[in-house]
Amino acid sequence: MSEILNAALFVTLGVGAMLLYYYGSNWILETALADRVASDGTITKSFTNIRQGVRPWIFVAPAIVLLSVYLAYPALATLYYSFFDANSEAFVGLANYQWAIGNDGFRQAVLNNVLWILVVPLASTAFGLLIAVLADQVSWEAIAKAFIFMPMAISFVGASIIWNFVYDFNAPGNPQIGILNAMITSLGFEPVNWLNQQPLNNFLLMVILIWIQTGFAMVILSSALKGVPDETLEAARIDGANPIEIFFRIMIPQIASTIAVVMTTILITTLKVFDIVQVMTNGQSDTEVLGNFMFRWMFRGTGDDGKAAVIALTIMIATIPFLIWNTRRFYREEQLR
Amino acid sequence: MSSVAAEQTHVQSSNTAVTKVQWKERLGWLAVRATLVFFIVIWTIPTFGLLISSVRDKNQLLTSGWWTSFLATTTTTTNGTLTADAAEEIDGQWVIQGNIFPEGQSGTVDVIGFSALRPPDIPVSETTETRDGFTFDIQPNGDYTLTSAEPFPEDMRAQQVTFTAVLPPRWTLENYDEVLNAAGISESFINTAIVAIPSTIIPIAIAAFAAYAFAWMKFPGRLGLLIVVVGMLVVPLQLSLIPILKLYNQFGLRGEFPALWLAHTAFGLPLAIYLLYNYISQLPREIIESAKIDGASDFDIFTRLIIPLSVPALAAFAIFQFLWVWNDFLVALVFLGTTSGEQVLTMNINALNGSRGEEWHIMTSAAFISMAVPLLVFFSLQRYFVRGLVAGSVKG
Repeated sequence: MSEILNAALFVTLGVGAMLLYYYGSNWILETALADRVASDGTITKSFTNIRQGVRPWIFVAPAIVLLSVYLAYPALATLYYSFFDANSEAFVGLANYQWAIGNDGFRQAVLNNVLWILVVPLASTAFGLLIAVLADQVSWEAIAKAFIFMPMAISFVGASIIWNFVYDFNAPGNPQIGILNAMITSLGFEPVNWLNQQPLNNFLLMVILIWIQTGFAMVILSSALKGVPDETLEAARIDGANPIEIFFRIMIPQIASTIAVVMTTILITTLKVFDIVQVMTNGQSDTEVLGNFMFRWMFRGTGDDGKAAVIALTIMIATIPFLIWNTRRFYREEQLR
Repeated sequence: MSSVAAEQTHVQSSNTAVTKVQWKERLGWLAVRATLVFFIVIWTIPTFGLLISSVRDKNQLLTSGWWTSFLATTTTTTNGTLTADAAEEIDGQWVIQGNIFPEGQSGTVDVIGFSALRPPDIPVSETTETRDGFTFDIQPNGDYTLTSAEPFPEDMRAQQVTFTAVLPPRWTLENYDEVLNAAGISESFINTAIVAIPSTIIPIAIAAFAAYAFAWMKFPGRLGLLIVVVGMLVVPLQLSLIPILKLYNQFGLRGEFPALWLAHTAFGLPLAIYLLYNYISQLPREIIESAKIDGASDFDIFTRLIIPLSVPALAAFAIFQFLWVWNDFLVALVFLGTTSGEQVLTMNINALNGSRGEEWHIMTSAAFISMAVPLLVFFSLQRYFVRGLVAGSVKG
């Protein structure tokens, strides 16, 4: 109970401080820098320009401070720590990078991450697109989409438990309560300890993320599909195109840029994947990925921040092409505004 | 008559003609629906199985699949009898009476045995002897009588009885009771709320002010800063963990809730600014210009005009951020730490999965409790959430 009171107090203080900052700075601006007005009403000295020059900075300052401390500074600091030893005390040059290149675990993690980013964005987008197209043709579209979209609301940890239950394994001869093993034993096969099967286990973990991300792809692509002009589709129909041709030759090209955005968004999420691997296998049985590998090095024993930094930078480097693509796209659209 | 018959034949033949023409279309109609239903079933079954399992009896849950949960199950289990403490003297004999089913369970006993290694094979109706030589009678409902001509020895062991019984399905909320009270889930639930609520409110305010400044105010470096913010959208969280953890350790913030509020606020800001910027910059220019002509300052315009107009975008981000923080695992795990005693739901569930992962009655109900709030938010506010997603990814 005191926890809740404490939290409520903190929140009130935090929100109060925030309001004080915005309203207080505005009050200071409006009074200290008010225009000097003579008794006859004429403005003797105007501070309008100063007020207008200062105000934007008051508005953006909290955001810029937080982003600097939590994102900009850490990016540089992580780079810096990558050249230091486990406790960030002694400079070790490129030793951590050399370690990474020669380390089997690191290579395994990179290889698995590559697999993940090849499979998950493609599968999620394909399923999402297919479901969006199918749902568009039925009257119960909203309900159908809600079911597919629902996993988006579930945490990766919760989703992992859900799928752990699907993959549950009991020794042969015992009742199988995991639905996958129940199905294959009912067909007369031996039950399988799925999460030990290499390299199948990697794909079984990917299934969880695909299960979550398909809903995202479906929602975005569905709204893009609805934006394809009816006249275009009608014209194609009159020209005798069949539904398959319309799909591949009219719809897909029309929403190509949205497909690209969806795939890259899912790709970025996939690159950072941590929770699923941590909960399901903790990287055992050759399922390691960079996100989990970094976490393990951060806290293994007393932790090795130098090596963990190198692993984090590896994830960062993989995102750079998308960072550039994303900002350029944004810049171009800003130019049009 | 004959004309009617002729008419009918005519109708039939034209029907056949129609069917032939539309046959493909109808098959397509069916294929669309069948495929869609297939996907829905596949997508829903895992969650449904978890939900059903979480309200099953914990023994039944472990011995039969959830898809059989509506049927009676036949299971073989071993349970011990009562011991000498429960003995009574009746008609010159010593008797122990009890029920072989565990507390709260009932069913129909079929066959029994006294070795866990061999399948039970003694019919219920037979009077037998236990391994320690006591006479043993059992009824189908599980009531048993242990009888001995001598007093039961003080140090007698519970007689282990292995029995096969048919159990009716049993639905219960005991699993929820157990995780809420014994597994610390209720504490972590409160902690999660304490983390999630401020982490949702604070970034909205900060981002809205910034988004307005980026959209409608002129200042040097505006576009440059905005592009940096957009770039930060894709920067992986992992890059921030080590330096921020070092800072937190230095200032003693690790393990404290404000550590998470600040981190979640900052990590949510790029998306918040981006979403709100897209929305606020699309508002009609005339509204803002005419307010300026009337002498309103940017502060007034923002608080009185922009905020009320931006409610849909603010709601969309709020839902998005709330779900994100509620479901977060990594940030909480790193900055709260496992040693401070404070845990959020995801951390607790992961810990349970490590220590009691095979106790599915715990895992299913704990997982479902963690999902309840997001699912509720999701289903009641889905419209805003979807709008936010679409705005965040499609618009430039």
